[in-house]
Amino acid sequence: MTVAQDQPNALNFECETGNYHTFCPISCVSWLYQKIEDSFFLVIGTKTCGYFLQNAMGVMIFAEPRYAMAELEEADISAQLNDYEELKRLCEQIKRDRNPSVIVWIGTCTTEIIKMDMEGIAPKLEAEIGIPIVVARANGLDYAFTQGEDTVLAAMAQRCPTAAQVKSEDKEDRNAIAKLLNFGRQKEEVTQTDSEYADHPPLVLFGSLPDPVVTNLTLELKKQGVQVSGWLPAKRYTELPVIEEGYYTCGVNPFLSRTATTLMRRRKTKLIGAPFPIGPDGTRAWIEKICSVFNIEPQGLEEREAKIWASLEDYLELVRGKSVFFMGDNLLEVSLARFLIRCGMTCPEIGIPYMDKRYQKAELDFLIQTCSEMGVPMPRIVEKPDNYNQLQRINDLQPDLVITGMAHANPLEARGINTKWSVEFTFAQIHGFTNARDILELATRPLRRNNNLKDLGWNKLVKETV
Amino acid sequence: MKLAYWMYAGPAHIGTLRVASSFKNVHAIMHAPLGDDYFNVMRSMLERERNFTPVTTSVVDRNVLARGSQEKVVDNITRKDGEEHPDLIVLTPTCTSSILQEDLQNFVDRAQLDSQCDVMLADVNHYRVNELQAGDRTLQQIIEYYIKKARKQGDLDTTKTEQPSVNILGVSTLGFHNRHDCTELKRLMADLGITVNTVIPEGATVEQLKTLPKAWFNLVPYREMGPMAAQYLEAEFGTPSVDITPMGVVDTARCIRAIQGILNAQGADVDYEDFIENQTLHVSQAAWFSRSIDCQNLTGKKAVVFGDNTHAAAMTKILVREMGIHVVLAGTYCKYDADWFRQEVSEYCDEVLISEDHGEIGDAIARIEPSAIFGTQMERHVGKRLNIPCGVIAAPIHIQDFPIGYRPFLGYEGTNQIADLVYNSFTLGMEDHLLEIFGGHDTKEVITKGISADSDLNWTKEAKTELNKVPGFVRGKVKRNTEKFARDRNISQISLEVMYAAKESVGA
Repeated sequence: MTVAQDQPNALNFECETGNYHTFCPISCVSWLYQKIEDSFFLVIGTKTCGYFLQNAMGVMIFAEPRYAMAELEEADISAQLNDYEELKRLCEQIKRDRNPSVIVWIGTCTTEIIKMDMEGIAPKLEAEIGIPIVVARANGLDYAFTQGEDTVLAAMAQRCPTAAQVKSEDKEDRNAIAKLLNFGRQKEEVTQTDSEYADHPPLVLFGSLPDPVVTNLTLELKKQGVQVSGWLPAKRYTELPVIEEGYYTCGVNPFLSRTATTLMRRRKTKLIGAPFPIGPDGTRAWIEKICSVFNIEPQGLEEREAKIWASLEDYLELVRGKSVFFMGDNLLEVSLARFLIRCGMTCPEIGIPYMDKRYQKAELDFLIQTCSEMGVPMPRIVEKPDNYNQLQRINDLQPDLVITGMAHANPLEARGINTKWSVEFTFAQIHGFTNARDILELATRPLRRNNNLKDLGWNKLVKETV
Repeated sequence: MKLAYWMYAGPAHIGTLRVASSFKNVHAIMHAPLGDDYFNVMRSMLERERNFTPVTTSVVDRNVLARGSQEKVVDNITRKDGEEHPDLIVLTPTCTSSILQEDLQNFVDRAQLDSQCDVMLADVNHYRVNELQAGDRTLQQIIEYYIKKARKQGDLDTTKTEQPSVNILGVSTLGFHNRHDCTELKRLMADLGITVNTVIPEGATVEQLKTLPKAWFNLVPYREMGPMAAQYLEAEFGTPSVDITPMGVVDTARCIRAIQGILNAQGADVDYEDFIENQTLHVSQAAWFSRSIDCQNLTGKKAVVFGDNTHAAAMTKILVREMGIHVVLAGTYCKYDADWFRQEVSEYCDEVLISEDHGEIGDAIARIEPSAIFGTQMERHVGKRLNIPCGVIAAPIHIQDFPIGYRPFLGYEGTNQIADLVYNSFTLGMEDHLLEIFGGHDTKEVITKGISADSDLNWTKEAKTELNKVPGFVRGKVKRNTEKFARDRNISQISLEVMYAAKESVGA
């Protein structure tokens, strides 16, 4: 702490023991299978993985999801069964029952430990059954929660076609139906020449967002004359965007560092490092950065941001001057903290599973700038936090709001600490100007609820332990 | 490899954690990768637990994979010992750590040297047992550990209590209505003049375990958790046990009579017959309910029962024996204990289904088209799709199955709760008749929701209108039967005539 006070313009990074609660990264299948409509996700793991998915995803499991477990049995572990034959049997069954356009294999801790050669098996099986197989190792040994999406998108980035591939495919007419529905790619090429867009190199955005948010952000950029050539991922696997050397790419979420690396190194694209479009401040900074790369003078952004802030005033009244503590589990923490500080909150600690200082550089700089403009102390950023230690600090600091996982939420509430369940931020629509209200709706819910209950004297509901 | 979408029983470590975190001041440390501590979320959310779940993880990451856990597990155990001062730390292996084959027992032995608390390794194989078996085993293991320890220290008191007393074994956290059942059992014991010596594991301290031999007998209410512990105590101390689940009027009486026999064999001289009669006829409402005209309307209605061994078996017997309902199919997902289940229910139902595949149960329900289902949350969803009501009687369960109000399934109050559950699940009898007489109040368009219902047939406008007059809860069935009738006879257009012909031929 003293170091931070000595250097008010620097963030204080720490790293703890990594003993914290988060979701397993395989949870990404729950939102990705909904996003990519013609996909099937096969999680190759054990009962533990399956149990997590069925409990964490709640009722979604009943909607005939396009995901399943390939549950490993003892004979698989001891290699009495042949991985290739087993996977072939299951994938043929999936092809028969669902006929997806892509099967995504999600590797787990177990496949890592028994060193199943998924990347080796996939191309052979792909040729044999005629369905693309994408391999993503989203396991708890290496990654936390949202990083699962990162591993899947990094693998998908390799499958994005080049312009030449798309042309030859057009001749074969493989996606005739898809094209009928979407009026084909030719139409897009027509709009490209449209004069509403400035002349700039193609831009591909990456990160899985609900379709309304995709439309929303695409239109925000269109207002500035920036054309979005494609999104990774698209609505369907067969519509993955064309990526060529020299294209520009930009991320919409803070946990996509592997995808960014893959796009830069393997696909030779140029990464636009910008703060993330979370909150009106973030959205404006994100658009401004993209515009500046393309030498476009952004129009009317300042007024747009001011208008959004004005519309949030009822919520801002509630949070102003309050403190927020992030225990850390989904990597959205820095962006959310930066937004909440701009809203007038203070933030003593940002816990985060993993901090990629290069990929998040613009966001971190923006956080520093926000703190100094708002005149609040820099938060300490705790990578790989230790939940036990954090609970001691929460006890000392008594923050007004703790953003945390469900394992700690009820016990903290029983001790009179307001909490917001962090996973909701992952599933809610929080990107762009229009969704800023949703973030505050979530963040202020415990405060509003407790305003209603405050005169009842029921704050602390645990007996002091002896 | 097995393609799986859903499972009824969780992985083994869940069972171990349920037992460990049921005890007071026992901490479990999982040897697991990041994200496997989902148990904490479940306990915190489902049980609405006010305290932090005493489970932490010694994280298995890339470094552990490369170099082994080395000091990490030992450090984590001694650290937790210093922070929380538990009485016992249970090192819990997971599926991941099972394949790593690290010598966890060695870590336990080393950690024991530096710890104030006791340290033990849960002895469960992840690829051979499930949550329920692991829970049963862990409970027995912890009891055995503390009996041996007490013996060694010479403070094991095996003299029986003066008054008849009981250990209630197997009540645990995240168990289906376990807390309410426990209260009800304690109340029942008090009514019978039996002192409750201990309740294990929920709310117990490990210190209490050495008093287990003092009880006159052990009561094991659930088939899934407790039998191993009871067998151990019987082998060590000759303590007899009662393993009849006191669920339903008849079985509660059987359970009490078994207790009576055991106590009298030890010279207690008790007679509970008057108590049983008084409770059955005047206190519990269930016996009266089955005699009342309400229950008459349920006679011969078809039901399907599915769940764990304890609840599915007891429920089947209640429905058939006590309410006159026709149980077409009774099933369990406790494959490892299938013989017991078959023996319990085979005389009460037409079919027995032993399966862990929810699709198989769903198909069976669609085929049988019962008036009500008694199952898990999975069957409830099948029921929703088929428009068949479902009462939830067993785990897997959702948060709404952890009610705040008092809802035991066991004992005499339990019989009342079950009567309500059954009665509310079937469409109310009089409502039934009124709807039929007045042609139904539901004029919504028909939506086919059936799993096995295809709609490749045309219905004429008149037939459709007529179908809409059929009460909602049987409409799907009438529709399916009519379509089957039409299909069998190659009729593609369903008119009023076809509908009535179908009704006459199949009694739709």
